[in-house]
Amino acid sequence: MQLPDFENRLALSDDILMSVEKPARYIGGEINAVIKDKRRVAVRFAMCFPDVYEIGMSHLGIQILYDMFNRYEDVWCERVYSPWVDLDQIMRERKIPLFALESQEPVRNFDFLGITLQYEMCYTNILQVLDLSGIPLLAADRGEDVPIVIGGGPCAYDPEPIAPFFDLFYIGEGETAYRQLLDLYKENRAAGGGRQTFLLRAAREVPGIYVPSLYAVAYHADGTIASFVPTQEGVPAVIRKEVVMDLDHVPYPAKPLVPYIKVTQDRVVLEIQRGCIRGCRFCQAGQIYRPVREKSLESLKEYAIAMLEQTGQEEISLNSLSSSDYSRLEELVDFLMETCREKKVNISLPSLRIDAFSLDVMGKVQDVKKSSLTFAPEAGSQRLRNVINKGLTEEDILHGAALAFEGGWSRVKLYFMLGLPTETEEDIRGIAALCNKIAALYYETVPKEKRNGPVQIVASTSFFIPKPFTPFQWAGMCTKEQFLEKAALTKQSVREQLNQKRIKYNWHEADVSVLEGVLARGDRRVADVILAAYQKGCLYDAWGEHFQYELWLEAFAQCGLDPAFYTTRERRKDEILPWDFLDCGVKKEFLWREWERAQREETTPNCRMECQGCGAARFGGGVCFERKGGPV
Amino acid sequence: MKIRIKFSKYGPLRFIGHLDIMRFFQKVIRRAGIDVTYSAGFSPHQVMTFAAPLGVGLCSLGEYMDIEVNSQQGAEDMKRRLQNACPYGIDILSVKALQKTAGNAMASVAAASYAAVFRDRSRSFDDYIGQCAAFLAREEILIRKETKRGTAEVNIRPGIYSLGIEDGALVFTVDASSAGNIRPSVVTEQFLRFAGASEQENAFQIVRLEIYTRSGEEAGLIPLDEVGEAF
Ligand code: SF4
Repeated sequence: MQLPDFENRLALSDDILMSVEKPARYIGGEINAVIKDKRRVAVRFAMCFPDVYEIGMSHLGIQILYDMFNRYEDVWCERVYSPWVDLDQIMRERKIPLFALESQEPVRNFDFLGITLQYEMCYTNILQVLDLSGIPLLAADRGEDVPIVIGGGPCAYDPEPIAPFFDLFYIGEGETAYRQLLDLYKENRAAGGGRQTFLLRAAREVPGIYVPSLYAVAYHADGTIASFVPTQEGVPAVIRKEVVMDLDHVPYPAKPLVPYIKVTQDRVVLEIQRGCIRGCRFCQAGQIYRPVREKSLESLKEYAIAMLEQTGQEEISLNSLSSSDYSRLEELVDFLMETCREKKVNISLPSLRIDAFSLDVMGKVQDVKKSSLTFAPEAGSQRLRNVINKGLTEEDILHGAALAFEGGWSRVKLYFMLGLPTETEEDIRGIAALCNKIAALYYETVPKEKRNGPVQIVASTSFFIPKPFTPFQWAGMCTKEQFLEKAALTKQSVREQLNQKRIKYNWHEADVSVLEGVLARGDRRVADVILAAYQKGCLYDAWGEHFQYELWLEAFAQCGLDPAFYTTRERRKDEILPWDFLDCGVKKEFLWREWERAQREETTPNCRMECQGCGAARFGGGVCFERKGGPV
Repeated sequence: MKIRIKFSKYGPLRFIGHLDIMRFFQKVIRRAGIDVTYSAGFSPHQVMTFAAPLGVGLCSLGEYMDIEVNSQQGAEDMKRRLQNACPYGIDILSVKALQKTAGNAMASVAAASYAAVFRDRSRSFDDYIGQCAAFLAREEILIRKETKRGTAEVNIRPGIYSLGIEDGALVFTVDASSAGNIRPSVVTEQFLRFAGASEQENAFQIVRLEIYTRSGEEAGLIPLDEVGEAF
């Protein structure tokens, strides 16, 4: 009898795979996964997203770098994700080393372990990945026999709380300097150089590279930073981010990976531009990805078709911070609608401003009765929206909602933040009042016989967390108690509305926001707390059911650090911030000017209306040079 | 035009569950450029039915799905396109045309045959060859089954149509209809217990060999793809 192949060549036995939830997380072999002959590559790179597979597989940045690295003949890039808690336990008990999905070989044998830093609440998962891999948690304890651990992504714009766990960080967009870094690695190895020589040379020679061990931090008695300086000659005092100026001529994955199991983003993702012209003052992405750079319509069309054909995905989505600002959006959407109708592919259009155009498009691509409209006013009053520079007025919202109600929509989602600088009770009450107005508008706009059931308003609030490289980087953050009071007030004022039955209100957990506040603006000393929290058993902090705030508080106490120092304290103008040694293009003076304008409730026009001379023009392209004459 | 596709599933793909395999094939069909029929509406989906779910961890040499196509360039072309769009672990074994009136893959299932082998290939079921006849001679083989109202005792003996040892593997054909489906691991465990062997839970690998429907006057068992015709 001829039986099929069932030999197990995986890192985990059938026994283990059959006993964990979703074994497909660990077997690799997905469509478009890259397999190379390990004897014929010079560098093995393990690319890690420190969260569960379904989240990590949904991340565009990893797909871009995976594709880019694997285009290099001498490099084999593989993927690693955090084992879920069930497997985590088994691996610890049976001492099974963490492995990369493609080769199923231990990460410890790789040349590099790259970890993407997308949100602060994954920091304990970084330690899990290192620990399970058998890599010493502290860079200082690592010898020649373990991979170089490199971090990158938005949280690298304040790498300090995790600095001791990394050998180096890559600041900015990955497409520009990795080749140089890998060449240096090969050259150094061929010359018999070790880890420390490589790190020193990388810091000196490769742009965008930050090697934390080559900098010394001193503190004032009050805990603020007194100095932050390189300890070796030739190591830059300021590291400027890397940025791609021509997005049409850098690799983009035309053959993205297709997972076997359902993941969070189970679709083809077309990146249409980087950066955002708007300058909302709470938003980090709006600053660190400046200037706005668009991809050409022609290359987007080509990629859309190639990606759909190579993956067989049944949905395509646009990726950008604000798709409505893409200058050729109408043409792109028309093209996609045509293509997708032919190919029977669904289109999802997140981050579109609600207006006549977007409603027309959405009416064509989705079932109006089942879908909902999304607005993100972020604040309940015009005054506070001016403070945060959110250029969305009540009139815009009501106008958009009226159009939508006439078009058959009856569900509206609204996103707000609580705890924004200068916020008053009135601003908070404004949230409920706005929801009520929208509900009332439905009954005014849509005659009874045309109504598709009652109107449904869902208002969600998150707690405001000041982030580095934003005008609010100096702001004090609320305490947990203040946050909860604000949420209670919001809830109460929703209840006082005439249409309260039609409004559903959700709010975020407060503890996790406080912790995120510490990690977002922390300095190097916070690393001790993260390490202590991990050793106490903290893991998967981004997952509500696994978050253990008590253990974190114990860790702070044990390390003698007060979370309030990092959260509630407003910073002075002359304070050295932990991330000041990084240069994201946008200048500190510009951010301070914006912070002052915020306090005066003054708005600032966007890049296309009037350049503000933020500093990002020095990269020499993008929106800054769209008009004749260039930036101011 | 209705098409019946027979495929195998093995290697690491044995860890992909039934629902995921269905989603997987929708993408295979798109990648293969098959002119498949879609349902109407805002999120059109492919008209597709699978014969019988295969448990996670099992391999198979006889899986079936039915699709509907608007146009085609012959069975060979379709088979080649589908195969090219599949990774290691799925082989397209046959592509046949179905009569309009033929029942769909799921509704037609009557029985399935399986082979159980030791994962440790140095071991074989030959030691138990003598036990088969006695096992089948029993009138009742009672197992506990979870139902909506707690557990119940079920006699699976009438649903075991044949059982024997072949090439060191335990091979059996059992009821796989929606009403009387018998899980292959249950049969293997019952047999080993009867034979007095105590084995680890994952000591053996189960391979589904074929899925059958009933046909003809005798209502005999025939493989699902014998219902279809070459094109
Ligand atoms: S320099 Fe001017 S146009 Fe360029 S990103 Fe800054 S504000 Fe916008």
